[in-house]
Amino acid sequence: MAVTRHSDAVAPVRSAGALSTWFTRHVSTSIGSLGRLFRQPFASLMIILVIAVTLAIPAALNLVIKNARSVSDGWDNALDFSVYLQRGLSESEAQGLARLIQQRADVESVQLVTASEALLEFKQQSGFGEALDQLSENPLPHTLVVRPSPANTSQSMILLQEELGNLPEADVVQVDTEWVQRFHAILDIVKQAIAIAAALLGVAIIVIIGNTIRLDIQNRREEIEVTKLIGASNAFVRRPFLWSGFWYGLFGSSLALGLVQYGLFLLEQPVARLAGLYQSGVSVLALTLAESLSLLGIGVLLGLVGSWFAAARHMRRIEPR
Amino acid sequence: MMIQLDDVTKRFPGGQEAISGLTLSIDKGDMVFVTGHSGAGKSTLLRLIALIERPTSGQVIVGGQNTRRVKRRKIPAYRRQIGMVFQDHKLLYDRPVSENVALPLVIAGVSHREAARRVRAALDQVGLLHKEKQNPETLSAGEQQRVGIARAIVTRPKLLIADEPTGNLDPDLSLEVMRIFRRFNEVGVTLLIASHDLALIDRMGCSRIELADGKLVVEEEEDHAWQ
Repeated sequence: MAVTRHSDAVAPVRSAGALSTWFTRHVSTSIGSLGRLFRQPFASLMIILVIAVTLAIPAALNLVIKNARSVSDGWDNALDFSVYLQRGLSESEAQGLARLIQQRADVESVQLVTASEALLEFKQQSGFGEALDQLSENPLPHTLVVRPSPANTSQSMILLQEELGNLPEADVVQVDTEWVQRFHAILDIVKQAIAIAAALLGVAIIVIIGNTIRLDIQNRREEIEVTKLIGASNAFVRRPFLWSGFWYGLFGSSLALGLVQYGLFLLEQPVARLAGLYQSGVSVLALTLAESLSLLGIGVLLGLVGSWFAAARHMRRIEPR
Repeated sequence: MMIQLDDVTKRFPGGQEAISGLTLSIDKGDMVFVTGHSGAGKSTLLRLIALIERPTSGQVIVGGQNTRRVKRRKIPAYRRQIGMVFQDHKLLYDRPVSENVALPLVIAGVSHREAARRVRAALDQVGLLHKEKQNPETLSAGEQQRVGIARAIVTRPKLLIADEPTGNLDPDLSLEVMRIFRRFNEVGVTLLIASHDLALIDRMGCSRIELADGKLVVEEEEDHAWQ
């Protein structure tokens, strides 16, 4: 008996090609692990649900950020300029200037707010009506509200702002982009926070799956001992547990994907209603195919890592006695 | 030489010696019984051969291979060459008889069709072909032990070791198990069987090694009177 080559002892065994044997083994092991999951449907479902919720939360929050980004990106180019004209300019001169600016290609529309209209509006809204009545003359200038065309880039917007400011009739050009930039900065911070939370939740999933596999290993201790006793390697006894981890991860992330999609479905109508109110073409951005696949991939990876940790840690300790 | 022990000592952490300075050899094709009171070192001897234990000192050489040189990683491959039968059968009760017998072939990566054929052949040899689909739990102790034997021989090992294989069986069933062992021996399998059933061993007329306190006390050659 040549002990160095184990194939000698089982000499008449015809091995059907290393690769196909490897493949067949994995297929049958994976099906076996799947069967085990289904034989304990309640316990399996609980674990899958926990994984799904844990994955769905960061995925959904990411989607919210993505949508907020896309909506606010739209605002960037839809900002109006307020061009306060020199005082002493007549209403007809202001109207002429408005028509002139209107002809620019990078301007969508121009609206003239006359000094008297502005004063009236200010009186109504400020509550200083009576005090303002004491003024002998209107302190407010005529104002042009210039809406840039949506085709503008942020650079051409700056150019437009400069050119409007350089007009001799213009006093001050005001554009409030700062709050949009602040909003974006806040979104970036929230995004970072979500990434950190997602990483922590990922660790939680590894622990959950690892613990489940650990219990599974303990329950099957005798089986592992017996198979090791008749010559199973660590890799052989580990394989079904890795497959369990794979299935937990895959089912968990699939369910997470389903939860996110269902959430989007629920939000579709309210968003459409809101968009209708603002007369905007805003619609909800769903997960792209790549994002969906990476969610599934992350689930599977976490499942494998969790089960690997548990298997590597506990399998070695189980030796035949 | 199939098995050779050279001044082997196995000392357990408590300090007591299960095997002390044991030297013996078993030829290829032999069928040898190991006897002795419980605690005499029978099981430890088998466990040293199966590499469940490592000797504290001395050499254990099985099939020309010094077990000392078998690395931990290589133990599974080493064990796959030895058929092992246990007193408590060590069957898995969550699967039918046929899958229990097929387990060593699955571990060895034998194709499905080949495995099925061999499982049937092994079960036929122990007379349990008609029970292949049953759960081992539904079988009697003797039948369960025969399933264990079928599993041990399904890979056609050249060495079979059995630890008290008839320990839980009545005399008739014990004799039946021994007859199965004898048939394997006739086709060239080397057998090492630990047992304390002296009456049965006398009937078999095989070589016998008696241990006491981990030492060899009697070595009897084969008695060909047995038929």
